[in-house]
Formats: sequence, C-alpha cells, structure tokens
Amino acid sequence: MKASIRVNVNGQSQQHEVEPRLLLVHYLRDVLGLTGTHVGCETSLCGACTVLLNGRAVKSCTLLAVQADGAEITTIEGLAKDGKLHPVQEGFWEEHGLQCGYCTPGMILAGYDLLQHTPDPSEAEIRRALAGNLCRCTGYQHIVTAIRSAARKMRAEAR
Amino acid sequence: MAKAKAGQPGAWFGRPLKRKEDPRLIQGLAHYVDDIQLSGMLYASLVRSPYAHARIRKIDASAARKAPGVVAVLTGKDIDGVLGQIPVAAALPELRIPPHFPLALDRVRYVGEAVAVVVADDRYRARDAADLVEVDYEPLPVVSDPEKALAPGAPKVHDQFPDNQACRWVLQGGDVEKAFRQADRIVQQRFVNQRLIPVAMEPRGVVASYDAGRQTVTVWSSTQIPHLLKTQLALMTGIPETHVHVIAPEVGGGFGSKLNVYGEEALVTHLARTLGRPVKWTESRRENFLVTIHGRDQVNEIELAVKKDGRILGLRARILADLGAYHQLLTPAIPTLTGLMIEGCYKIPAVRVEYIGVFTNKMCTDAYRGAGRPEASYLIERMMDLVALELGKDPAEIRRKNFPSPKEFPFATTTGIVYDSGNYTAPLDKALDLVGYKKLRAEQQKAWKQGRYLGIGLSTYVEICAMGPSSTMPAGGWESATVRIQPTGKVTVLTGASPHGQGQETSFAQIVADGFGISPEDVVVVHGDTSTVPYGIGTFGSRGTAVGGTAVFQAVEKLKQKLVVMAAHLLGVPPKRIEARNGRYQVKGNPKKSKTYNEVVLAAYVAKSLPKDFEPGLDATSIFEPPNYTFPFGAHACVVELDPETGEVKFRRYVAVDDCGRVVNPLLVDGQVQGGIVQSLGQALLEEAVYDANGQLLTGELMDYAVPKAWDVPWLETARTETPSPVNPMGVKGIGEAGTIGATPAIVNAVLDALRPLGVRHIDMPLKREKIWAVMQGRQG
Repeated sequence: MKASIRVNVNGQSQQHEVEPRLLLVHYLRDVLGLTGTHVGCETSLCGACTVLLNGRAVKSCTLLAVQADGAEITTIEGLAKDGKLHPVQEGFWEEHGLQCGYCTPGMILAGYDLLQHTPDPSEAEIRRALAGNLCRCTGYQHIVTAIRSAARKMRAEAR
Repeated sequence: MAKAKAGQPGAWFGRPLKRKEDPRLIQGLAHYVDDIQLSGMLYASLVRSPYAHARIRKIDASAARKAPGVVAVLTGKDIDGVLGQIPVAAALPELRIPPHFPLALDRVRYVGEAVAVVVADDRYRARDAADLVEVDYEPLPVVSDPEKALAPGAPKVHDQFPDNQACRWVLQGGDVEKAFRQADRIVQQRFVNQRLIPVAMEPRGVVASYDAGRQTVTVWSSTQIPHLLKTQLALMTGIPETHVHVIAPEVGGGFGSKLNVYGEEALVTHLARTLGRPVKWTESRRENFLVTIHGRDQVNEIELAVKKDGRILGLRARILADLGAYHQLLTPAIPTLTGLMIEGCYKIPAVRVEYIGVFTNKMCTDAYRGAGRPEASYLIERMMDLVALELGKDPAEIRRKNFPSPKEFPFATTTGIVYDSGNYTAPLDKALDLVGYKKLRAEQQKAWKQGRYLGIGLSTYVEICAMGPSSTMPAGGWESATVRIQPTGKVTVLTGASPHGQGQETSFAQIVADGFGISPEDVVVVHGDTSTVPYGIGTFGSRGTAVGGTAVFQAVEKLKQKLVVMAAHLLGVPPKRIEARNGRYQVKGNPKKSKTYNEVVLAAYVAKSLPKDFEPGLDATSIFEPPNYTFPFGAHACVVELDPETGEVKFRRYVAVDDCGRVVNPLLVDGQVQGGIVQSLGQALLEEAVYDANGQLLTGELMDYAVPKAWDVPWLETARTETPSPVNPMGVKGIGEAGTIGATPAIVNAVLDALRPLGVRHIDMPLKREKIWAVMQGRQG
C-alpha cells in the first residue's frame, strides 16, 4: 500500500506515491534524483544526509518520506540562487573546508542552520553546532573558519 | 613571484589556490558510486555471518528466492570455481596465505563474513529477502586475541596453519648484543597499538553494468586503485582485462580502506554479467565497521639500550600484529613498515625487530592512514619520553642528542633504508619556540605544586612515503601521467593517481600551469577512469604529488621541449635560441621576434609545416619510477591540562611543524596536516575497535566507536620548515599521512607528562577520560 505525499523541494512542488517505509533521504535521492544529499550511516549519527526541513537542519536518513508530507525542504542543490553560491558555500570553497566532499552538503546545511539564529557565532558555538556532523578528512578547523567567514559575509550583506 | 623554469617551479607553485574540484562538491553536483542510477538496475544485499567462527551446515535460500522482487540468490557453492580468490599482493618469506573467496564456502572465520548475496529490483526488497536466507551454523571455538592465538591449544583459525602464525619476519642491523652489553641502562616497555576502524564518510559501493554485445563490463567502485582493481577483477572473474573498465568516480575518503580489492567488487561484477542487468551494492555503515579493513592492532615489546648521557646504542623490539582471519591486499606487509621505521629520526647503531603476524577470528587489518608508520613513531617517540623520564633529562634534549646532523644526509639507517634529506632540529626548534617551551616547563613545575595536571608532549617524527621504488613495492611503485595540450591551448592531464579528496585536480593544474605559462583554470585533471587514463597505480602512501605529480611534471617537460622546437621552426632559428617567457616563445636577445603559446600549439596541430622528425599534435606520456622513497619529518608539540574531576584532556596548545619538502599548495598541505592530526587524536584519546572473546565487534556502529567530533578538537597551529627532496625534480615529499604519524605520540606524551607527579609511567591508548580519572583516583584514594 502506498501513501501519497506532497512536498516542496528547492522551490518545486512534488507529489508522489511512496511506500510508507521509504526514508526521506531515499525519496530525495532515488525518486527525485537529488543525490547531493548523502547517506553516511542510516542512524542519524554522521549528518551526511542533513537537509533543511521547514528551514531547520534535520537528518533525512531517519525521517520517513511520509513524515515530510506538506513540508518545505531545501537540499544542497537548492542553496545557490540564480547561479550565485550561498555565502556558506563560498566560505567552504575559500577556506578549504572540504576534502572528499562527502560530509560537505550536510556540513554546509548545518552551518546554514546555525547562522540563521546565531549570526556571529564563536568558535565554540560553531563546534557545538556541528556536533551531529562528522568529517573524517578536514579535522574540522577549515570548516570552522568557513562558517566564520560566511557569518562575516552574511552580516555585511544584512547591513 | 619568480618565473617558472625547469625544475624550479615558480608562479603557481606554492600558492594557496582554492580548489578546482570544489564547485561541484559544494553544490551537490558531484557523483559518488551510490549516486549512479542505470536503467533496469538491481540491488545486491549480502547475508553475513553473525558468528566469528562456525561451520556452515546448510543454507536454505528458498524463501528468499520466492520473496517479492528477488532476481537471484547466490551462495558460496554458486561461485565455487567461478570467481577467483581475493588477492593478496604482499610478499613475505614463508607467508601463509589461506584461501579467501567472496562468499564463504563451508566455514566462516569472522563476524560479517559474507555467505550469500541476494539480488532484487529494489534496495529495500533486497535487504528484506537477505533476512529470509536461513543459514544453519555450527559454532566453533573462537580466538580473538593475538597472544592467546599463539598459545598452544588455541582454536585454529585455519586448520592447515595450526599455530595461527601467518608470518615471521626479522630485521637486524648492527651488533645488538654488544649494544645492550655496553648500555648504562635498558629502558623497556610494552605497548598496545589498538585496532582502529577507518570510517571514511562514504561507505564502499560498487555498480557494475555488462554490455552483452561488446562483452564488456563497466565497474564503478569507491576505490583508491582503479587500475589495479581492473587487473584483479579480470583475474577473479575471467573476463579479459581488455573488456573490464573501472571507474572510480567521486570517492568519499579512503584513508587506505579503499586501497584494496574486496569480494563485493568481484561479486557485483559477476552478477551484472550473469544477470544481464546493472547491479548496485552499497555498504551500510554497519557493514563498513564489520567488513571494510581495519587498521593498526599490534602488541609491541620494545627495549632501548642507552648511555647515561641519553645516547641510544641499540633497540630490540617484537611486533605482534593481529592480522585478522585472512589477508586482504596488503595485510601482512603493513607491520613491516613499523619495523623499517622503528628507528624514527635517530641514530641507533644496532637494531633487531621481530614481527609475527597472527590469524584471529576478526576482520583483516590492512593499510589505514599511516599504515605501519604511526605504530613505529608511537613506539619510538613514547620510548624517547621514557628514556628522558628514567634519566631525568628533558625530552627535547634526549631527542636532539640522537638526531643525525643535516650533513649526514642522505642518511642510511640501521634497518637498511636511506633517508633522502633532513634537518631534524629545525622543526623541533621552531615548535619549541612557537609553543614557548621553556616558559611552559617553568609553569608546569608550579602547576604540579598546585595539584594541577599540566603536560607537555613532544614528538619528532620521520615517515617513509612517496611509495615507492617498484623493486620494493608489491605491485609497481611508479606513476603515469599524460599531458595533452588541446589545439586551443587548453590542457588535459590524465593521471594514474586516483585522488579522493586530496585536491590534485588543483595542485597538478598548478604544476602544469607553470610549465606552459598558462592559468590553472585552463587545465583539467582527469583521473580514476581506466578507459581514459593510461595504466597507473593510484593514490595511497602519500605518493600522489611526489610520484604522480612528478610524472605530470616530466610529461610537461617533454611538451615544453616540443613547443620550443616548433617555435624555433616557426621563427626560423635553432631551438637553442628560443626562450619561453610570459607565455611567449621568443628569440633570445630579440624579444620582438616571438610566437605566442597558442600560435605554437595550433601550428603543431594544423601541421602545415613541421620541423624535421616532429610528430604532429602535443601529447606526452611520462612514467615516473622513483629512485627512492621520500622521508618527510617534523616536530609536534602538544600542551594539555587534565581535569581532575572528570579525567578530561583539555588542550591548551597544539603546534605542528612539518617538513614535507617543497609545497605545491599550502592550503592543501594544511588541510592534510589538520585532518591527519585529528585522526591521531582519535587514536590517542577516543577510538578503539573492541572485539569480545566471542569475536563480536562491540564497537560496530558510530554510536559505540568514537570518531572525533568538531568539539573534541583544539585549534591546531601549523607551521613548516622546507627541506627539498633530492628524489624528484620538484623537491616534494608528501604530506597525506604526516598528521597520523606525528601527532599520536605527541598527544599521549602530553597526557603522560601531565601525570608524572603520580609516578605513572604508561597507559595504553585510547586515553579515555575514565582511564585517566581512574589513575587519578588511585592516587587520591
């Protein structure tokens, strides 16, 4: 038995019949073809699958697609607007905040989430905000500087 | 910045250029193996043993075969005689190699060993059906401890090797007996270098698609070695190598765990061929913990013969390495690197190392970032601190006393290798200066009096990398590069290296840009595709830049010569009168007479008029065979204070001074160093793969295995000294593993240094809070 869901993903409305057990991350990846959201653990521990659900960062590997019915979702593919990178994306590029890139979409969206409510985070606040996102390559330091750099840019833009 | 010239890189070399690969990665536009969707694709799911050791009495797959969407179920019997063994490339005298197949035939020897594969039209259905496969196991006695495995009467992992010994290897140089006779003191310690799990963020994955018309299989795999995998897949499946095409697309980290040939790669290839539909297998994180190679796992006994003044006369060590149940590609070779590098950056005239490899009912160990060298640096650097402790001397001074001087390079070690270049006091001085060592030692005395646990840890390391001379490598140590100037002047580089996060699409573009006086923007680096890229070896052993980059450099040199010949022809002068400057080829002494790079390139392609013996086009392949390894080195200093209430290790400073020769891109080098240090921190303080006596992996998930998080990590201060390598024309060495080699002992030494007032000599890693807290309580209680 399939269930009908309606979601808005990256500004586009979508309607699909899905198995009730289908994970949101597999809906995004396999049904919508948005493979920028990665699966790293299937247990909410690594954060590679982080997306924005109604504006907040969530782990899409432990959420069912049917639970997202009616929600607005932003994936990494939807962050750049009109070909312009979001300041958090720019920060990761400029500060070398990524190596293999696998954790990166989740890291960027976790950083985005933090900057929504904490526009000028301290190093400790950034590190704490990334508690649910693992990176095995960078040692996190350049991710911290990337988010700081984005914060500076976003504050300047907001002025 | 200086202008580029041959062997003297200039303009782009050395710049912290941001990476060319990032735009696709930060926008979700990159494609890893699991992102590949092919029409009609099937999904494989493995049935794995829940027992560490058991006989397979019977497998009943009838229910699974009837399950919805299931296309096939294969057991060991179905591939017996069809698929070859999982290869081992390591060569050691009298190495015992047990049979090792992609699916177990009649016996399983570690938890997670695959016994059957289910293929269905959907990944969920494949997993459902895998649960329906009934396997009747007869559990057998388990041995999961390497020392117990060697004891008489231990359960036999392989009946044909009743003592569970996989290999024995002895390395000796100098008169060890004499050294120990002449010693004023013998410093001894036993160290456990715990088993680690690599945890690349992308689990492994394989997609295979068979073209029945062309009888060709295309395999996408998250591998560090696409070419070697192609060869091995051909051997394992019987498909001619000409008909096997391997692609390593975006690969989400490896750290050695993808420097291998796994059963699933052959199995999925075989399934795609026999079923006539594309097949995908994606490892779950649980599987990644159980069945992707593990690292380290050694029990070491070591003793140093020392003089009163701190000079080291000799070293004796026994390395007991728990190899797990089978060999993967390099399993038994890894501990030999521990032996080779056990002298560290010291002059030790007499050395004897005995390495014994042991079979146990656990997953195989193999290369994990550093691969044998972090074990070596940990041993010798912990020992240097113990020597200092026993002699009542400063750890920095003990190290300094035993360094070879810069004049002694190339320096032949007692274990028989030759360190290419070095100046070991330079990074130590710099690190001590940056961290404020003298002041810290004074502060420490006060802190101890106040009951505070302040510790300062040093490590001075040397590592062996840029692997390596083919004579010493299991399957070739060279690397290939093809540099192709296109008619428009844009350049395509095909490299046999297979970067998976290291950033060589950028650093190689910098090397090429300097060579032709163009921008890195105009250079595209292609890797990981065996149909496009000439045969290569891959990315591991900190070899990408020093071996792969050198091949690129050499191919560029070939083309530069060709461009000069063409320019001379166009300008009507002999080639020796041409000089390349600012992207133009001009006649020496007459800069007005010149041709642009683009004019020369185009002339080589349109070929209206060619110099004598000049082949049209601009395409050059070079293969670099390194004459020696390179030996990066450095000094790390770590300052911690321990929380007496919780045992927490609070970092005050972390300073890393690394010397990796000349640096192509300092941004990438910093990234490698920082990432490596944090993996070291994981080993020093947090990570530990724990198997119980039944061979069950108790730390088989991210919930139980503590990969460092952002908040576990202090701010890392990095600096460099630069001692070029004479082994390659760019003078580069390699930096991929330095962090994991240099940092672990610095952190452990800092914690033990903090505990000195308690008379604590050693605690085995990981130095978890509870261990430190218990030690403190022991004193207080």
